[in-house]
Amino acid sequence: MAQHGGHQPNHGAEGETRRDFLYLAAGGMGAVGVAAAAWPFLRSWSPAADTLALASTEVDIASIREGQAVTVTWRGKPVFVRHRTADEIKQAADTPLNQLPDPQPDARRSAAGKPQWLIVVGVCTHLGCVPQGQRPSETRGEFGGWFCPCHGSHYDTSGRIRRGPAPKNLEVPPVTFLTDTSIRIG
Amino acid sequence: MAHGTPPTQLTNPLMRWVEHRMPVFAFMDQHLNKYPTPRNLNYFWNFGSLAGIILVIMIVTGIFLAMNYTAHTDYAFNSVERIMREVNYGWLIRYIHMNGASMFFIVVYIHIFRGLYYGSYKSPRELLWILGVVIFVLMMATAFMGYVLPWGQMSFWGATVITNLFSAIPVIGPEIVVWMWGGFSVDNPTLNRFFALHFLLPFVIVGVVILHLVALHTHGSNNPLGIDKKGPQDAIPFHPYYTVKDMFGFAVFFVFFAAFVFFAPNYLGHPDNYIPANPLVTPAHIVPEWYFLPFYAILRAVPDKLGGVALMFGAIAVLAVAPWLDTSKVRSAAFRPVYKILFWVFAVCCVVLGWVGAMPAEGIYLTIARIASAYYFIHFLVILPILGKVERTLPLPTSISAAVLKQGSGMVAGAPAEKP
Ligand code: HEM
Ligand code: FES
Repeated sequence: MAQHGGHQPNHGAEGETRRDFLYLAAGGMGAVGVAAAAWPFLRSWSPAADTLALASTEVDIASIREGQAVTVTWRGKPVFVRHRTADEIKQAADTPLNQLPDPQPDARRSAAGKPQWLIVVGVCTHLGCVPQGQRPSETRGEFGGWFCPCHGSHYDTSGRIRRGPAPKNLEVPPVTFLTDTSIRIG
Repeated sequence: MAHGTPPTQLTNPLMRWVEHRMPVFAFMDQHLNKYPTPRNLNYFWNFGSLAGIILVIMIVTGIFLAMNYTAHTDYAFNSVERIMREVNYGWLIRYIHMNGASMFFIVVYIHIFRGLYYGSYKSPRELLWILGVVIFVLMMATAFMGYVLPWGQMSFWGATVITNLFSAIPVIGPEIVVWMWGGFSVDNPTLNRFFALHFLLPFVIVGVVILHLVALHTHGSNNPLGIDKKGPQDAIPFHPYYTVKDMFGFAVFFVFFAAFVFFAPNYLGHPDNYIPANPLVTPAHIVPEWYFLPFYAILRAVPDKLGGVALMFGAIAVLAVAPWLDTSKVRSAAFRPVYKILFWVFAVCCVVLGWVGAMPAEGIYLTIARIASAYYFIHFLVILPILGKVERTLPLPTSISAAVLKQGSGMVAGAPAEKP
């Protein structure tokens, strides 16, 4: 920064470095101040305390017969509870992991010790549509699980992505079996 | 803005008083009256002022809608139905606003293609062009958030899909989406903030439009020949020539606009948006509003989530850098025989993208979408840089007046400041 006039020759060079330093320091402080002031506003967009505190969902699964599925709501999202047939379980368990875009064994996805119960969040991992396949009238896609009509993602009987643009398997929410016929999600 | 003209001769004492303290009259005289404008502008140069008038219409109708709208998931849908059925002329105000969004995009797309055809983005108008792309992006954000407000099925699922695009960002993506939602799905907090932003963004657009005009008036309009003005004989004053022409354009355009508002108000919309939002059921075919379809087609053409999102945003970003991708020194396609053809190929490519964007993403449609998406980028990234170097352009006229008056000399009608 060239400064003209007003400086004593001796102090010229020194004065300029000092001035540069002051500019930088003031500018740096200003930037930190702006960032600090922006933070509360940005954070105000994150889920509020009451949203976070949304209760967990309890579901009575006694009435879901083999081959049937129900959809429940948890944190505003659909959760698929499916009572799988022996065939579906076998299909899921027999699929070699190297055929999966997001490899996960079925045993890590179905309920521990109760492979007939598969509980997954019913939100397509592509862009968030609700896949079809819960109702008997809906298509289950080419792998017998779910099919997302939005951009064509196929999920298998373990809720794992098999084909289509979705990158991940359907999410498995935290599930606790309260009794043999009742579960808590969340 | 500093300009060398002496203050206008004002006789009214109040105007003189104001002028002395703030030279608004000199400013208006400079920019709306005398403003020297190429004498050869065709009707494609009407679309800028058309976009401006729609922005005003959107703000006026929007403010009156906001007076009756309730931004809450439990009431939003019903409040819009109430506007339609109970509020006096509510149906009219809403239909103008709803179709106005489509008109805005029609006009702006023509405006953009005008720029591409006549090379208006080239030096010294690069910044003007970039500000235009910024306006386009803001418009898309505004229209997207506006579409969420009536809280129908398409509102909800459009919002879900579009906000989920950001989950493709590596590592922090999913957290960003939760942050944007203010929850774990699109819900009341999302609707509230979208309403606030939908109210705000049009005014931000007004600000960027002002910058767009400052940049425009620095070097003036380009013209169908794409050559610079060489002297006063190439220009005519803005008023009355272009004020009248713009007014005429408004009149014709309003007929077109009114035809939709009164005779086909829902033609451009999707019937599913008259079904209240249901977070548990996705409609079998979700399609965005027509003006997003080309970009939606690019998104779906890529089998990879991050790749699709990146290319979709890239399709807009590549517009902004067009001034540097196009290496041709000649602006107007009138003198670029090869570019002229490839421009139309590109235009058709965009229409094809829009069409496949509305079709299911499978089979032949997917193949077409992939070819068209690839061509979209090839046009910008391969054709524009190479063509500018190899194309044999036609000889440029010596001046605008020489070309349009056949002979640049002699009687020049409407020479500056000479009003009929
Ligand atoms: C750039 C200008 C604007 C664009 C492109 C735009 C676009 C839209 C769109 C597409 C809708 C959905 C229409 C429907 O399907 O019902 C909408 C709704 C709405 N807009 Fe705007 N808008 C603009 C400016 C404004 C402004 C300035 C305001 C308020 C100050 C506003 C307030 C509203 C309200 C309250 C609704 C909900 C009522 C309804 O759905 O009809 N808009 N807007
Ligand atoms: S949201 Fe399911 S495939 Fe895109």
